[in-house]
Amino acid sequence: MVTATQSLRPQAGAGAFWRRLVNGDEVARLVTLAFASTVLLIVAVLVFELFRGSAVARHRFGWAFFVTQNWDPVAEQFGALPFIYGTVVTSAVALLIAVPLSLGAAVFLAELAPQRISDACTFLIELLAAVPSVIYGLMAIFTLVPLLRDYVQPFLGKTLGFLPFFQGPSFGAGYLAAGLILAVMICPFIISISREALFGVPREQREAALALGATQWESTWQVVIPHARLGIIGSVFLALARALGETIAVTMVIGNDPSIRASLFAPGYTIAAVLANEFTEATGELYLDSLVELGLVLFLLTMVINALAQLLVVLTSRRGSAHP
Amino acid sequence: MSLRNRWRKFLNVFMLAMTGVCAVAAVSILFLILGYLAWNGWRSLDWNFFTRLPKPPGELGGGMANAIVGSAQIVLLATLIGAPVGFFGGVYLSEFGGRGFSFVVRYVADLLNGVPSIVIGILAWTVVVVPLHRFSALAGALALGLMLIPITMRQTEQFLRDVPQSMREGALALGASKWKMIATVVVPAAMRGIATGMILGVARIAGETAPLLFTSLNNQFWSSGWNQPTASLPVMIFSHAIAPYEDWHRQAWAAGLVLLLLVLLANVAARFILSRGISAQRGYL
Amino acid sequence: MSSSSDSELTVGKPHERPRSHAGAGVRLAAAPPKMRSVNLNFYYGAFQALHDISLDFHTNRITALIGPSGCGKSTFLRTLNRIHETVRHTRVEGRILLDSEDIFQVETTTLRRRIGMVFQKSNPFPKSIADNVAYGPRVNGVRRKTDVEEVVERSLRRAALWEEVKDKLRESAYALSGGQQQRLCIARALAVDPEVLLLDEPCSALDPIATAKIEDLLFDLKDQCTIVIVTHNMQQAARVADYTGFFLLGRLVEFNTTEVIFKTPARKETEDYITGRFG
Repeated sequence: MVTATQSLRPQAGAGAFWRRLVNGDEVARLVTLAFASTVLLIVAVLVFELFRGSAVARHRFGWAFFVTQNWDPVAEQFGALPFIYGTVVTSAVALLIAVPLSLGAAVFLAELAPQRISDACTFLIELLAAVPSVIYGLMAIFTLVPLLRDYVQPFLGKTLGFLPFFQGPSFGAGYLAAGLILAVMICPFIISISREALFGVPREQREAALALGATQWESTWQVVIPHARLGIIGSVFLALARALGETIAVTMVIGNDPSIRASLFAPGYTIAAVLANEFTEATGELYLDSLVELGLVLFLLTMVINALAQLLVVLTSRRGSAHP
Repeated sequence: MSLRNRWRKFLNVFMLAMTGVCAVAAVSILFLILGYLAWNGWRSLDWNFFTRLPKPPGELGGGMANAIVGSAQIVLLATLIGAPVGFFGGVYLSEFGGRGFSFVVRYVADLLNGVPSIVIGILAWTVVVVPLHRFSALAGALALGLMLIPITMRQTEQFLRDVPQSMREGALALGASKWKMIATVVVPAAMRGIATGMILGVARIAGETAPLLFTSLNNQFWSSGWNQPTASLPVMIFSHAIAPYEDWHRQAWAAGLVLLLLVLLANVAARFILSRGISAQRGYL
Repeated sequence: MSSSSDSELTVGKPHERPRSHAGAGVRLAAAPPKMRSVNLNFYYGAFQALHDISLDFHTNRITALIGPSGCGKSTFLRTLNRIHETVRHTRVEGRILLDSEDIFQVETTTLRRRIGMVFQKSNPFPKSIADNVAYGPRVNGVRRKTDVEEVVERSLRRAALWEEVKDKLRESAYALSGGQQQRLCIARALAVDPEVLLLDEPCSALDPIATAKIEDLLFDLKDQCTIVIVTHNMQQAARVADYTGFFLLGRLVEFNTTEVIFKTPARKETEDYITGRFG
């Protein structure tokens, strides 16, 4: 007499499947499922093509590809180290500048500014994130580079010239210029995500610290920021992935010189920039495959960092829901 | 007051003031860019910019009419490729998805969104440029369309999820089948948000340069078809800015101003539509 | 256990009320139940929310389900048109019959067309008033403009809303007051001519005047369909219902005519709840 029914499969069996197919629900599910699956297909094809396209270079150079610094298309010698070095250095400079600045701005917007001002500023900062990167490059090439060459770098050389990072002639274009423009470009990401993370800190946490006699800054620095740290670190990782993969703005100010220099004033090269400049000119299978292998490296690098960032964001939201 | 307390007071005021300085600095960058670009771009902008083809290096004058039309073509085709896929995928994630598979799709979509655009360019190059043996608007549109898919998918999903469950139950209780419920109640209720998300996504891909460099390439003349190299505003700005000709720099500023205004306008309009929509529909939100 | 058979049910005479319909006092012995649930168990995952509910709903009568919050009365109501299936990890055992047909064998769309539902919080669609009412007929295939207009007017009249909205049918449903929105939802449910109307605490968010209007409406609707109303308001149950079932902790403690339940309940728990000594 008892009929059992399950909500997940209200009507089981092949007959029921056909009935749902006819009334359209199954068709809708399958069609949208096919569209949703395209992202998996795209990533699969991307990985496959990057591996296949770089096969020749991978076989020829092996792991040495990553530790040799000779990039000579004429002699068919390809080592990726200058590009990896340039990518890491410019991103590091960008983070060093952007993280404190963005965190400060996020604290101001989340903790101090009245709601209306905070929202207005956040809107403007998010607009900054929408500015195309070629515009940043355009600005940098005509304002930032001359400024660095004529004023900032000579000044740094005079005052901090004892450090190896601030020695040598001023070119303007180079690691420092690329790092600075990257810093400006990733600020909006860190600010808007960190602000949300700070908003997520329960009011009682702040009040508890203030009630113990802490100043507002102490409560922010010792209680609020540690409480939001996972979200903040997540935003920094997301920004790092952006900085590593940023192409056009960097290409316009990096100086395009495949060599490794300690000085931040010197011109350099990044993975994305060499792809932008040389991909269409690459002649010969080995040259092209070496470039595709650089693309593979960039892909894997940003993939890992993004995956970490998302994990952190997921963890924060889990933790957030545990303390409503 | 003890020295320590005085130090704490000072530190409090100083650090809080510094956070304000940071915020002002971040916001002022936008105005710096806008102002500088407006100043340089406005002086360089003339009627020829919108109507003429680029002149060869060294010759004065000319415009970027072909790049404006080319950008419009590429972005339009990219939207036709990316928006429907993202939309229906988003419907799946919000309305049909279970636990496991949806989680994977969501995660991979976010990863795809984070892939550097130049790498997406390589993908479009291998699947379109290499087999067809030529750079083409189609390849550029595919690269931008692929970038649009994860953006619209996640945004569509988000806005559909914001539609209250009571709407779905109301429709189902009237005898609507699931897909009719989605098509006639859930999607219309979220349409304003979805449209806004699409505008923002399209504005973002419209400013992309890197994926076009070796897909649609560039063209000093009118493109003769979808399978031909095609000029676009971002690539034109890039090539003009790094060239050593004064008059090309002037053109780059003009193009930069036009591109920035279009992108910012789309952003402001999208947000305006969304905020109006929320206040108008507060009845259920 | 506490479930009642037909014969028991016909013993008590539904008590007379000034506004009740003419048919209310007629003996019910011959009328078969419109719906009946037989040994119904309901699970959320591993948690059993309903235990062995057996209950009959009589044709053209109002049945009220009362009980403290969390007692399972809403869960039970939501299984009657299988809307519970929108929630994951729910499971039902037992049978629910509509005109002696197992509802779990019927296509959900067909079933829900026959069993309308009004929810606790009014949920008009973000469409115009007319489009809200026309929604049900349209998804069920009514296309002709004149037919749609006719059913909109008829349904709004049945829900006693026509006079208030006839001049603004094209305006958004959100322009209406809370009570009007709830009556719009009733009109929307009536537009598909349901045989059974389920109401899940339809007045909980409304003021007394709006509540009175909806209660009046239920009397008028009684001769057109069978009504099941979940309410936490005992006075409401006493005012409108012919039969009342008392739920406690997922079990149907007592079911009888409203008069018996409120005047001479058989069970101690029912009496405690009715007289406010519960808990």
